[in-house]
Amino acid sequence: MVNVQGPWSPIFGRLSLGAIPDNPIIAGAFIFSVVLGILVLAYLTYADRWGYLWREWLTTVDHKKIGVMYIIIGLVMLFRGFIDALMMRTQQVLADGAHSPGFLGAAHGYLVPYHFDQIYSAHGTIMILFAATPILVGLMNVVVPLQIGARDMAFPYLNALGLWLTAVGAALIMLSLFLGDFSHAGWVGLTPLTELAYSPGVGTDYWMWAIQISSVGTTLGAANLIATIIKMRAPGMTWGRLPIFTWTALSTNIIALTSFPLLGVALGLLGLDRYFGTHFFTAGMGGNLMLYSDLFWMWGHPEVYFVILPAFGMMSEIIPTFSEKPLFGYVTMVAASFAIAGVSWSVWLHHFFTMGAGPRVNTFFSIATMVVGIPTGVKVFNWAFTIYRGRSRFETPMMWAIGALFMLLVGGLTGMMLAMPPVNYSVHNSVFVVAHFHTMLMVVVYGILGAVTYWFPKVFGFRLNEPLGKRFFWTFTIGTIMVFIPMYTSGFMGMTRRLDYLTNPALFPFEVAEELGIGFYLVSVYYFVRQLYVSLRDRNANRVGADAWGSARTLEWLAPSPVPFYNFAVTPRVHARDELVWRRGQGLDGVAPTHYEDIPMPRNTSVPLVIGAFALGLGFGLVWRIWWLTDASFIAIILTVIARSFVRDTDYVVKAGEVERIEKNLRQRAAEVARAGAAAGGIDVLRPRESSP
Amino acid sequence: MTASGGMESGQSALWEPHYHHDVIATRTLGFWLYMLSDAMIFAGLFAAYGVLSHTYNAAGGPVLHALVHPWTAYAETLSVFASVLAYGGVMVALKRGSREGVLAGLVAAFLLGALFVGLEVHEFAALFRMGIYPEGSGYLSAFFALVMTHGIHMAFGLLWMATMFFQVAAQGLTDKTVYRLLNLKLFWHFQAILWVLVYTFVDMRGVL
Repeated sequence: MVNVQGPWSPIFGRLSLGAIPDNPIIAGAFIFSVVLGILVLAYLTYADRWGYLWREWLTTVDHKKIGVMYIIIGLVMLFRGFIDALMMRTQQVLADGAHSPGFLGAAHGYLVPYHFDQIYSAHGTIMILFAATPILVGLMNVVVPLQIGARDMAFPYLNALGLWLTAVGAALIMLSLFLGDFSHAGWVGLTPLTELAYSPGVGTDYWMWAIQISSVGTTLGAANLIATIIKMRAPGMTWGRLPIFTWTALSTNIIALTSFPLLGVALGLLGLDRYFGTHFFTAGMGGNLMLYSDLFWMWGHPEVYFVILPAFGMMSEIIPTFSEKPLFGYVTMVAASFAIAGVSWSVWLHHFFTMGAGPRVNTFFSIATMVVGIPTGVKVFNWAFTIYRGRSRFETPMMWAIGALFMLLVGGLTGMMLAMPPVNYSVHNSVFVVAHFHTMLMVVVYGILGAVTYWFPKVFGFRLNEPLGKRFFWTFTIGTIMVFIPMYTSGFMGMTRRLDYLTNPALFPFEVAEELGIGFYLVSVYYFVRQLYVSLRDRNANRVGADAWGSARTLEWLAPSPVPFYNFAVTPRVHARDELVWRRGQGLDGVAPTHYEDIPMPRNTSVPLVIGAFALGLGFGLVWRIWWLTDASFIAIILTVIARSFVRDTDYVVKAGEVERIEKNLRQRAAEVARAGAAAGGIDVLRPRESSP
Repeated sequence: MTASGGMESGQSALWEPHYHHDVIATRTLGFWLYMLSDAMIFAGLFAAYGVLSHTYNAAGGPVLHALVHPWTAYAETLSVFASVLAYGGVMVALKRGSREGVLAGLVAAFLLGALFVGLEVHEFAALFRMGIYPEGSGYLSAFFALVMTHGIHMAFGLLWMATMFFQVAAQGLTDKTVYRLLNLKLFWHFQAILWVLVYTFVDMRGVL
């Protein structure tokens, strides 16, 4: 165990009152969080919702609720990451040129360099690992079992455990804001900067353990989703009929299952360096700091495709629905997904072409990177041909899907530029690279926002407000264009990334444009919140039947909206790739089962939440080096797991009569919704819109 | 499976009553997937060991032939293989449905596995007495991390075995205990295979 600088006590470790930052911005954020927290707690107590929260959400093993909680965590962290972005843009527009003013103790701008470094490190870590990843895992959780006609995931208990470990990671990141500091070494954690000698504080430890704990959750979730897709499909759901989103979920989780352990190794070895004084990545004593970069990016690049493949899957579901046409090139779409997943393993070195691995190595990775463009190009053309001569309807999910397509064009083509080492040498570490990967991640964000709008009615039974969704889309898109086009340009002009101060005043106009773009983003956040509020307020006017869009195609739209906890009362038999279209074509989409049967379901359990609480203790103890807490938490986790394994009564049975009663109520409500919809002159959600292909 | 799949009523073909998934097969697949992720951890550690096992990574300190004792490692190999064989006995007893046979096999596999861990602890204690620690150099860090990670896996396997002993003793051979015994079989064989790799690339390379 290495000795650390500064005071340490056996009870509190490195924790002391001095750990509370005295920065006015953080104080503001703290007050905001406390007020918000008190409001939520007060509402829960006032409305007497604690029992409901505990029974229906905190101890649930229902894949839909777990998925929704994943998405909520992701959206909260997305907002936090957005605030980080807003702060960075504002710093760069203020700190431009030698005569720029300084506030709050900064020579230029309002953020001192060490604070600015923490903000971009937090922004990257949060956006990739605590916003995009949980939202995608959440959407896969909600949609995949429904699409394949399963009752739940293969391992519902493990599913809840994954959620709570992800929540612990997010909680550690939020704690770092108010207790201690965060890593200043970038989201990638450059070695040897992250070594104890150069980062003696707790920031790096927060970053390291937040990622480590949540990535255990992601790995468990990946194994669960793969087992679900392989083993839990309904009869007739052959591989050739599997919906594309489920295919992309399979490919993406194979990536997650095989790549996240490498991140665990990279961070684990870094942890050994920081806690035991080993020499894996140190400069000197036989360490090799390039080993870290390789291990990190061997996970890091597959992770990029881990986030983008589900987005491709979402686009592949949305575009056919709103083109009222089958997806063009189903087989090539599946092949392309797996080609991208496969090639993702042989491109990691393009993140550091300039490290001087030599022309032969660089050439291999350059060509492998360009190869990614082929399956991606196949996908783009497939989507374009799906829209071509379709009956296109530009409802909000379709807008997001088409936006994602354009982002993919821009991001993909600039990616091809960066794949060439000669180009890469001149723009390496510039904001051109930053603009490129943000455009790519915008594909994910557009896909996610489209998918949330698209599948929202399936989970909650009513649609989101359409006009506000459109405003959200357009303000968001204007923001994207105004932030990232100037960023590409200034990157080409030589602006390097991670600057807290810009020496070249010629870059000022670009910074102003980007700041305006961030303003549009801020407006878009308002419209999003307003959309959620108005939709919730007017939910009775926006109720939908099983097929929320009137032209949906896949199996999940056969289940009632909102989906009952057992998903399908009787397991459906699948006859076609687009099962709902097939049933509509045969006039069978309204046919309900005639006989109901007992359904075995997993029981709610508080064990995953308890393990999560101990994991939080473990992470917190490790960050602050409070050894009694780490030891106690670790032993408690093991004992809890063992104790749980002795529990025999983990399932219960829903009686056939009960299922019949629930189904009858649901059908009655669907009929009312259809009548109300027809009376209001809205689209008739039960009217068949096309015949089977 | 197609009990009601006939087309006679038109709508019974739309639904599949009494459709159930094979729980033990699903659990076993899930465990294979876990092992795939565990294999990736070892792949990362072997890669780190490969990168850091050059003489210059030793920073002037000891290198492999000063660290490994082929005969102790050989005894470890025998004990881990004998433990896997004893666990095979658990599987045979499971097939016969003999709870006593399962318990006896678990005890034998546990003791032989404990012998392995004991020998490894003894080996590391000897190194520590000589002043050889993971902090010595990048070379030593990679060596200790790889071998100890395997050792920790073995120790967790022993904990699992002990848990299964009490669970089978208390609950008998139920669906839950059976799939856990099957998964433990996979885990134990997997650790033996990993030991073969460690023995080949660490111990045997140290003798050459």
